[in-house]
Amino acid sequence: MKKKLVSIMMASTMVAGVLAGCGSSSGGAASTQASSDSTQAAAADTQAAAADTEAAADTSAASADEGKVLNIQCWNTEFQSRITDHYPGYEKVDDTTGKIGDVTVKWHITPSDDNAYQNNLDSILPDNESASADDKTDLFLMEADYAKKYVNSDVTMNIADLGITDDQIADQYQYTKDIVKDESGNLKGLSWQAASAGLIYNRQAAKDVLGTDDPDKVQDAVSDWDKFNSLAEKMKAKGYTMCSVNDTYRVYSNNVSGPWVQDGKVVVDDNIKKWADDSKTLADKGEENTYELWSDDWAKGKYPDGKVFCYFGPAWFFNFSLAADDASSIAAKGGWGYVQGPQPYYWGGTWIAAATGTDNPTLVKDIMLKITTDPDIMKEIAQKDSDCVNNKTVLKELASDDSGNLALLGDENPYAMLAEGADKVDMSNISDYDQGCNEEFQTAMKGYFDGSYKTYDDALAAFNKAITEKYPDVTTD
Amino acid sequence: MANGGKSSKVVRYNRWGYYFLIPFTAAYVIFQLIPLIDTVTQSFFENYRSGLKQIGPNFIGLANYVKILSSGDLWQYAKNTMIIWLIGFIPQIIISLLLAAWFTDPSLRLKGQRFFKTVIYLPNLIMASAFAMLFFTLFSDNGPVNSILMQLGLISTPYKFFSHVAASRCLVGFMNFLMWFGNTTILLMAGMLGIDQSLFEAAEVDGATPNQIFFRITLPLLRPILVYVIITSLIGGLQMFDVPQILTDGTGDPARTTMTMIMWLNKHLYSKNYGMAGALSVLLFIITGVLSLIVFRLTKTDTDR
Repeated sequence: MKKKLVSIMMASTMVAGVLAGCGSSSGGAASTQASSDSTQAAAADTQAAAADTEAAADTSAASADEGKVLNIQCWNTEFQSRITDHYPGYEKVDDTTGKIGDVTVKWHITPSDDNAYQNNLDSILPDNESASADDKTDLFLMEADYAKKYVNSDVTMNIADLGITDDQIADQYQYTKDIVKDESGNLKGLSWQAASAGLIYNRQAAKDVLGTDDPDKVQDAVSDWDKFNSLAEKMKAKGYTMCSVNDTYRVYSNNVSGPWVQDGKVVVDDNIKKWADDSKTLADKGEENTYELWSDDWAKGKYPDGKVFCYFGPAWFFNFSLAADDASSIAAKGGWGYVQGPQPYYWGGTWIAAATGTDNPTLVKDIMLKITTDPDIMKEIAQKDSDCVNNKTVLKELASDDSGNLALLGDENPYAMLAEGADKVDMSNISDYDQGCNEEFQTAMKGYFDGSYKTYDDALAAFNKAITEKYPDVTTD
Repeated sequence: MANGGKSSKVVRYNRWGYYFLIPFTAAYVIFQLIPLIDTVTQSFFENYRSGLKQIGPNFIGLANYVKILSSGDLWQYAKNTMIIWLIGFIPQIIISLLLAAWFTDPSLRLKGQRFFKTVIYLPNLIMASAFAMLFFTLFSDNGPVNSILMQLGLISTPYKFFSHVAASRCLVGFMNFLMWFGNTTILLMAGMLGIDQSLFEAAEVDGATPNQIFFRITLPLLRPILVYVIITSLIGGLQMFDVPQILTDGTGDPARTTMTMIMWLNKHLYSKNYGMAGALSVLLFIITGVLSLIVFRLTKTDTDR
């Protein structure tokens, strides 16, 4: 009896701990995508059966003289559910295996937490060519924050070497290509998502403060940072918090004039410095909070009592990060609106890359083309999974009629703005060190906003210290 | 004849003793000694990864040590570690001594001793990381602790526990205290039960007060166990990692004031910087050795007297 009691107590405490973990995860796009998977996975099974029979023929020919196992490295089941639902001829065998024709597809899922996904890639990719045929990694996924690390190395294949031509990917947005171009301009990956993002505002707050919730009028009030900051003051007067300082970070950091690391030295761009200055002012006046993204405190703004004016996010944010399935949330009542906000930016997105040494190049090419260029499949993805797909034509179609209206945005159709935003995103200044620099800069500046560092320079010194720990080959001022 | 037979038997038993030591020795050499030597060798090399590029290993002598010692960060983190350890250890040893004295005092005849011993030991069974997660949620800006304090009218705006140096250090110390006081209590109880009961009886007959008995008889005779507890706790404290790591998400916030030495070591593993990590480990080893020696010496002179 006593033992039982003890074990129950232990179990419940641990469960409490695990639940606590959900709330405080600090990852970026990866964690949202993870949360989206559970919803999608359920739907995945139903479509899979239908897709089976259609087109086993087109792929079986291709793989005749190639490897019998297609190994895919990924960090969650998002891509798996896209393949299961939308790739013709894919048969699901169990949670980590599938079949395309007579090729077995093996999914190797390593979560992103604590850098585990990249550590895994780092240990297998350099030796991929000499691995035995069935163990060779053929395809892997990457996120923008660290894509350059793999793109600028020999472990990823040139897309052109797979036989994919520029014409075939002409409908994709330029920024999705810039992120995965190596130093000599070779394209090394493709994405089916164009995650251009904007400002998602609380319509009630807009009515209270601006007297209107019309997207055009709201956009006028937030069209640059000066207007944004003066609106924050008015919001505060009516009891609203503008947003978290961490919400705006990516908007600033996507609009820089040079990469983080130049000639081996860390350079803090003026726009990033501006983020720190603006945020410090707003946080000190209590007009913005300093909550971490994805934290419980941050999430309270998704409900009317949270009294938060806006979030920043792309299309995937609408469905998976605004608690739309909770009846008491603002989203459930259609209480959000979408505008482009002060500066164009993007957030998240997954790129597909071919691993050097793959023994299934034809199949890899076909998967890439079908998922990232086929207009029918991409429209299916947009409608079923609410991805903002990386295809100009499909987005134009969605923007042109009511099929792109979203209930949680009060039936606003955001696709025209999303498409326009994707056109404007400029990611030519991305570097190998972005992930570490962005994370450490935000961590250091949080100390500045909270007052643990007295001055910006103290916080900057802490940032420099953290960067040299992470990247011993980089120098700082 | 008889003598010779006996002595050869003894020799044979000895040999069996050595046979039984083989598994331990083998495990020690493979899992402890070789990695230990490897760590020391690594510390003289430049050896890390930048992205997918492997840099080194290049022999660079003492450059890693110079870099660590010249930056002064190590002393900052050593100070953090010691402060947090003391915040946890001082209440831990006081409460444990008190509880152990009560539990072992036959004149008190405490009821439900087994229950309480289990309960005070329980926090130690929870994973430190789960425990840290729990505290992170409890003490977050809009967490339950803040709502209780606000409803009681003690504060008007949420108190940011993790943005204040003292509050975050105390939380880490408090969690270590909660996790380890049960363990210490049980160790001290074992020590106290080992003391000859007739001494207590004699003291009582002579009219000693409970306080006098505790300070004049229990504490001096408990010294060997106390030394053991202090040294093991000190070593454990110097290696403090999981609680502050999870509680601050590896940042050691606010402003790296809860960053312990091992957390710093862990920072170097992001770039697989085995050289720096090795040098840091060696320095840690030296610090631990020196501090343990000091504690040992301090307590030894007392017993010699």
